[in-house]
Amino acid sequence: MGRPVAIIGVGQTMHGHRSDVTYPELIREAVEAVFEDTGVSPEDIDGVIYGSMPSMMEGVALNHFYFAEALRGVGKSFMRTETCGTTGISLAFTGYYQVASGYADLVLVVGSEKMHEGDPQATMATVAEPFYQRPFTAGAPGYYSMLSQQWMWRYNIPEEVCRDAAAKLSVDHHEDAKLNTYAHIKQSFTMDEVKHSPVIVYPIRLLDVCPTTDGVCATIFASEEMAKKLKNKPAWVKGIGFRGDTFFVGDKDRVWSESPIGAARQAYEMAGITNPLEELDMAEIYNPFTFVELLHMESFGFCEPGQASDLCLKGTFARGGKLPCAPSGGVLCTNPIGATALIRVAECALQVSGRAGGHQVEGAKLALASGLGGAQQFNGVMILGSEL
Amino acid sequence: MAKYYDTLQHNVWLPYKFAVGPVYGRFYEGLQEEKIWGNKCPECGKVLVPPRSFCPDCHVDMDEWVEVSQEGEVRLWTLADYQFFGAPVDPPFIGALIRLDKTDCDLLHIIGGLDLSDLEAVKNKIKRGIRVKAVWNEEKQGHMLDLKYFELV
Repeated sequence: MGRPVAIIGVGQTMHGHRSDVTYPELIREAVEAVFEDTGVSPEDIDGVIYGSMPSMMEGVALNHFYFAEALRGVGKSFMRTETCGTTGISLAFTGYYQVASGYADLVLVVGSEKMHEGDPQATMATVAEPFYQRPFTAGAPGYYSMLSQQWMWRYNIPEEVCRDAAAKLSVDHHEDAKLNTYAHIKQSFTMDEVKHSPVIVYPIRLLDVCPTTDGVCATIFASEEMAKKLKNKPAWVKGIGFRGDTFFVGDKDRVWSESPIGAARQAYEMAGITNPLEELDMAEIYNPFTFVELLHMESFGFCEPGQASDLCLKGTFARGGKLPCAPSGGVLCTNPIGATALIRVAECALQVSGRAGGHQVEGAKLALASGLGGAQQFNGVMILGSEL
Repeated sequence: MAKYYDTLQHNVWLPYKFAVGPVYGRFYEGLQEEKIWGNKCPECGKVLVPPRSFCPDCHVDMDEWVEVSQEGEVRLWTLADYQFFGAPVDPPFIGALIRLDKTDCDLLHIIGGLDLSDLEAVKNKIKRGIRVKAVWNEEKQGHMLDLKYFELV
């Protein structure tokens, strides 16, 4: 699988409503931060990879050109990667490939979104099939609420149990976010407040849904030789996997979907993982909706199908539990979409190198990051480890 | 608190014209005649509605047309209670995946003709497997919304 690859540093903006700066200024904030974090000089970078949601999100097409200077991309290998919600993990894959193949020794990988500048919901509506389906999907919440119901039905999970488990995730993640310097929503909620927040698309309620966020995440991917020369403890890429699924909503059951399952299996095989619940120390599941996080715990093999809600309520996936999930507060509290899945990777890298700060999971050595896009159609998984 | 400067208003208006092609075109023509057309894969025998030019599983041309039933059962439903870009009707409304009789995939549409003011009452009325039938708009545009909604049988 090519040369070993490490993530050697992370730079993030303060995520939130960032109308205090222009978009290039926001990009520069994270890029400067990753150089500061790693001690790498921009001149030493072989290439830059950047991605975001489609151009209509912020109204400037192919905006890596717009950010050429802020990204320090001038005169370097300079590419864009864009795959919907999975953009961030596709960016990480692209960085990995460039180093693993020998094309580069140090690559700057950046994802971003400045969602308050446009109409994110309208932008995302254009992902849906235009002839038959676009009017009816009710945006991402519409599709994922149907998927959530299908999941409850398929495994005969009582609605009250799913509802309680989803509410617990929301409560826990909002507490987690308060420990994360860069998180967007830092506010506590009670179980009752989550369960009685306004219905967006039944069964998904307001506090089951991620926010609209402005933010940038920058990381540097390095070859073994470079990683060993630099100051930070490296986080090694141990496995990667990605799967796509059919386009039409309604053609296939996406509860037990080959996309997240196949992506995880591929990554586990490469990383030599046979029992994820026992072997992984933490996970950053791409969780724009609480119910989706529960479903993906099952898809990723953390438990049997239909069991995630019970285990969640027992605390298995909470801070201090057997396999803490989204200890950063996750997508549920911070969602600058083009950066979101890269933040999952960056968070896992920080965790396994013991540098996650206030939300560090003690002793984390092996971690799973995931990205989810479309209507469950794209899923990517990356495993990060503290040892080569 | 950081100081917030003004924002620059900028509008982009981009109209698109998607080529409908012969398969979707025939489906749209059917809607104008209050008929729902699907088509059948010669290899796996699945009937898909809306119709496709090729089978997504077998990758062969779908050339056998089948007029399908206007009744079926609800597989999944949601109550959408927020305004979104391109919404077919004002919220609240019920979006649903509907399996028309003797077809092999679910059709995404809406369920209408119900009082949606009370979620619990709606949950008692609409269950997986409940029967629904097509209701047509008087005026046809050759568009998915010629099918106004599905109503409970």
